[in-house]
Amino acid sequence: MNRHLISAADLSAGEAVAILDTAEELARLAERPIPKLPTLRGRTVVNLFYEDSTRTRISFEAAAKRLSADVINFSAKGSSVAKGESLKDTALTLQAMGADAVVIRHSASGAPHRLAEWVKGSVVNAGDGTHEHPTQALLDAFTMRRRLGKLDGLRVAIVGDILHSRVARSNVWLLRTLGAEVTLVAPPTLLPVAVDTWPCLVSYDFSAVLPACDVVMMLRVQHERMTQAFFPSVREYSRRYGLDSDRIALLPPHAIVMHPGPMNRGVEIAADVADSPRSTIVEQVTNGVAVRMAVLYLLLGGSTGSDQAAARAVEAAERVGAAL
Amino acid sequence: MLGPDEVRRALTRIGHEILERTDGGREVVLLGIPTRGVPLAGRLAARLAQTEGINVPVGSLDITLYRDDLRLRPARALGRTEVPASGIDGKIVILVDDVLFSGRTVRAALDALGDIGRPRAVQLAVLIDRGHRELPIRPDYVGKNLPTSKREVVKVLLTETDGADSVTLLASGDSGEPDTGQSEAGQPGVVER
Repeated sequence: MNRHLISAADLSAGEAVAILDTAEELARLAERPIPKLPTLRGRTVVNLFYEDSTRTRISFEAAAKRLSADVINFSAKGSSVAKGESLKDTALTLQAMGADAVVIRHSASGAPHRLAEWVKGSVVNAGDGTHEHPTQALLDAFTMRRRLGKLDGLRVAIVGDILHSRVARSNVWLLRTLGAEVTLVAPPTLLPVAVDTWPCLVSYDFSAVLPACDVVMMLRVQHERMTQAFFPSVREYSRRYGLDSDRIALLPPHAIVMHPGPMNRGVEIAADVADSPRSTIVEQVTNGVAVRMAVLYLLLGGSTGSDQAAARAVEAAERVGAAL
Repeated sequence: MLGPDEVRRALTRIGHEILERTDGGREVVLLGIPTRGVPLAGRLAARLAQTEGINVPVGSLDITLYRDDLRLRPARALGRTEVPASGIDGKIVILVDDVLFSGRTVRAALDALGDIGRPRAVQLAVLIDRGHRELPIRPDYVGKNLPTSKREVVKVLLTETDGADSVTLLASGDSGEPDTGQSEAGQPGVVER
């Protein structure tokens, strides 16, 4: 694994599977009476959130704390950022405080990439603009593998606001790496311009795609990122691209319904669908903690840059000891 | 150093000793430390079933997340921890590993056990004790004491993991491993960086 986790597209199949396998073991440990592990004692993880987030921030915080890391939460509201501090200066401040990892969410695509050039620790992308959200894709893949037993050859439909969705982008790349076949379903106005260069299929007809799906992943319409009208009305969007009980009936019996949250019940997903046994929405949140623990463990659990000098010293001492 | 017959005899003897010292294996739980402690624990359980007709719960206990040398190497892949459904509270837990060396693996295992439950007693069974302890830890059951130099590497192979049973002693140059070699770590899977 690289020192950072910026993009799901960077992960090789081997690295992605290693993360999922590690998460599998960590998820089992969560069922013990004491789910806390001493592994990252003395490591500091900073949650640097420039955008609002509930589940991702809490999930990263829970993951870091279960591994005994110290967690510093930093939200742009009420910090020096509100006074005009730049990302770089904030990064240098965190660096000076000795952050071993920075988990960053930012409204600008590419912010984690820039941050990685400025800090010595690991950078984990927790969502940057409309670019990527790699840990969400990993937890989605983890959930699919747990529910359906495999990823290779799975047919996955990702439905909704693809244009503004970093979750869709990360999932397309990761699922492709892991051998699944992705179909994006959206109105033409909510697809990115260069979607034909992505490794996936595209359809405008939701009902036609459903019978051949193992997984349907519904996305929220991100009104807060919309600067123009992308569809005539919410009602029309919901009729054409929403998942209701009529559409559910078209799915194969084993197929599961996913949603990264937060969801708008009644828009992209009907309330009874969201609460049905096929829905993995709550599981996804639980799995998110295990997957983020795996990522933090693989990035920080072994030797990091600052440890390598110490490791060399210990090895040298051991060699001397052995020779005596 | 040891062939399949010696390994078999050593395990049979450990099995008998366990029966003697735990009142016929009552309340015993065998926990193997991955990788090679796990098949050894399974074999010991089979011995106990054969000789005494008792079914002892068997599980595995991965200690990777409790190691004290995590920062010396890239992050390692995790092994499986599988605690029997009956739990370990009030039981006599016997930890099973292939080689006892510095004792650091066992120290980590004791920490890991503490997060799972509170056994009445913890004992340690190893196939090979090669000496050079760095912590105040001693085994309760030993297959064979093997005097080694610190530079040597004890390599334990088992049918379940490697196709055949054998114990060999290598000069450290032969394996390219430092003296905290794989026999002590029992953890060959290191995540590529």
